[in-house]
Amino acid sequence: MISFLQQVVFGVLVGGLYGLAAAGLSLVFGVLKILNVAHGELLMLGGYTTFWFFTLAGLDPFLSLLITWPLLFALGVLLYGGLFRFVAAADEETRIKNSVLIGFGLSLALHNVAILLWTADERGVTTDYSGTVWRLGGLAFPLTRVATLVFAGLMILGLHWFLTRTYAGKAIRATAADWEAGALVGINLNRTYRTAFALGSAAAGVAGTLVSVVYAVSPNIGLEWTLKALIVVVLAGLGSMPGTFAGGLILGVTESASSILIGAPYKEVVGLFLFLAVLLWRPQGLFAR
Amino acid sequence: MMGLPRGPRRMGLAGVVALVAFAAAPLVTTRGDLLNTLVVLFISVALAQSWNVLGGLAGQVNLGHAAFFGAGALTARLLWFAQMPIALAVAAGSLAAIALGLVIGLPAFRLRGAYFAIGTLGLAEILRITVGNILPVISALPAEYVRHYSIVPRYFVALGLAALSVVVAAVLAYSKVSYGFGAIREDEDAAAASGVGPLAHKLLAMAASTGLAGLAGGVFAYYHASYYYAHPFSPLWTFDALLMTFIGGVGTVAGPVLGAAFYVLLKEVLVVRLVETHLLIFGALFVLVVLTLPGGLLEALHKLARLRKPRPAA
Repeated sequence: MISFLQQVVFGVLVGGLYGLAAAGLSLVFGVLKILNVAHGELLMLGGYTTFWFFTLAGLDPFLSLLITWPLLFALGVLLYGGLFRFVAAADEETRIKNSVLIGFGLSLALHNVAILLWTADERGVTTDYSGTVWRLGGLAFPLTRVATLVFAGLMILGLHWFLTRTYAGKAIRATAADWEAGALVGINLNRTYRTAFALGSAAAGVAGTLVSVVYAVSPNIGLEWTLKALIVVVLAGLGSMPGTFAGGLILGVTESASSILIGAPYKEVVGLFLFLAVLLWRPQGLFAR
Repeated sequence: MMGLPRGPRRMGLAGVVALVAFAAAPLVTTRGDLLNTLVVLFISVALAQSWNVLGGLAGQVNLGHAAFFGAGALTARLLWFAQMPIALAVAAGSLAAIALGLVIGLPAFRLRGAYFAIGTLGLAEILRITVGNILPVISALPAEYVRHYSIVPRYFVALGLAALSVVVAAVLAYSKVSYGFGAIREDEDAAAASGVGPLAHKLLAMAASTGLAGLAGGVFAYYHASYYYAHPFSPLWTFDALLMTFIGGVGTVAGPVLGAAFYVLLKEVLVVRLVETHLLIFGALFVLVVLTLPGGLLEALHKLARLRKPRPAA
């Protein structure tokens, strides 16, 4: 029983990362109506940024968030201006189709950039406090994992606050609901799209930093994380950051519970069945209005 | 072929000539490297064409094509090693791929937008990870099979596969059903309103596409002496299919063939010189083609031909 509860705890802890990885993707998908399948590669770049600053300058990984966030925000601005801006001008079906294609090419390119810069080895960040574990009622709570959950939650709250309380955030939500009406009332669509894309990219970068602390970063992790994020987006539906976070927790717990119940090698299959089930019975997602 | 317009009829004729020429190749040469490159080319043609049938003709973007290639390879390989005749094993692989395609297609095709792309991407990646977890080993030919290994039967099987894929694409592109594909590709609501069933058309294209991809996987399993079981599920196969189709000309019959030839040749050159960066170049090239040359090489050729011909005075 304890070991099962322990798995649930680990599931919640990793679920926070799933939620954050999905938040950026969900934002971009919901607002620009484009699907960036290179989202996981942006996450990977965030992880490598932290790895680099930790190894080269000894910077604490959680402090490096102050670098990852703006760096990935800037990269998002560049990617939007250089690639996705052209897609966002098309009608909705073409948007999705072309963004998926461009994202696919981009993910391959970034994957190989990472191999060139950091080799194909797995890289991780190990700090003095990496081994610290809190014990509570027979359950283990590794310090770094708890910290990633807290930071992921804070990041989600920040996004939620920005989207619901600031003018730029409200413009993003209005555009997501109806871009034509948004343009009519004077919202600058291009700027709003750019902000949303850059925010999504920065969120991916933050998630990458947190991944590098708890797991490892390698050029291969991009597609894996894109996939987790996609499953969460389908699970949670679009339009709510806290909903996306909850979707991430559900996926995390489901995965860990199933690795105990039916065996770790089949853990990923459970995600697929979750995905198919939601598609069949509730395609708008569990938490959508 | 007689009922076809002039362009496709000429293409068909060229195809038959090419088929005869390729069929004669093993009689003329015994150079292993040449025959091996051609086998790779034939499998590539089938892979690209199988993606094109669904993605180009019917307009449904499949980001997990490797799942169907991999399912065909895995099924065929395991059954073949279990003493089943190779033809039956490959056919079973194709059926497995079709079954998998319907499992993801039935729910995803009911919905619009990105669900099919997401679903297929997820399917392929999850299969790759799971197969890698359960069978993390290299699949090598048993000694008895190695003793009988010869490139020539593989060559003819792969040639037949490539020809079949082109014929399937041509039949779907020039028969009555092609109008249905065009209608759902351009405007699904209008298609449904005029009595074209989107779901039935998408599923037909899906079955043809995944069936061909499964066959290609089966031939891959028949051809290769050793590879990791999870290797045919790698997203690189999906990328290959997409890249070849788009470089050649998506939604046409000749495009994927042209794209495959271009890609296989370029890869032969690039892999030797730029081991590290060739995939980076291909990734960038692909993005460039999607953004700036949506008709691929075929469109570029047509434009060139039109430039050379003087325009008739108006």
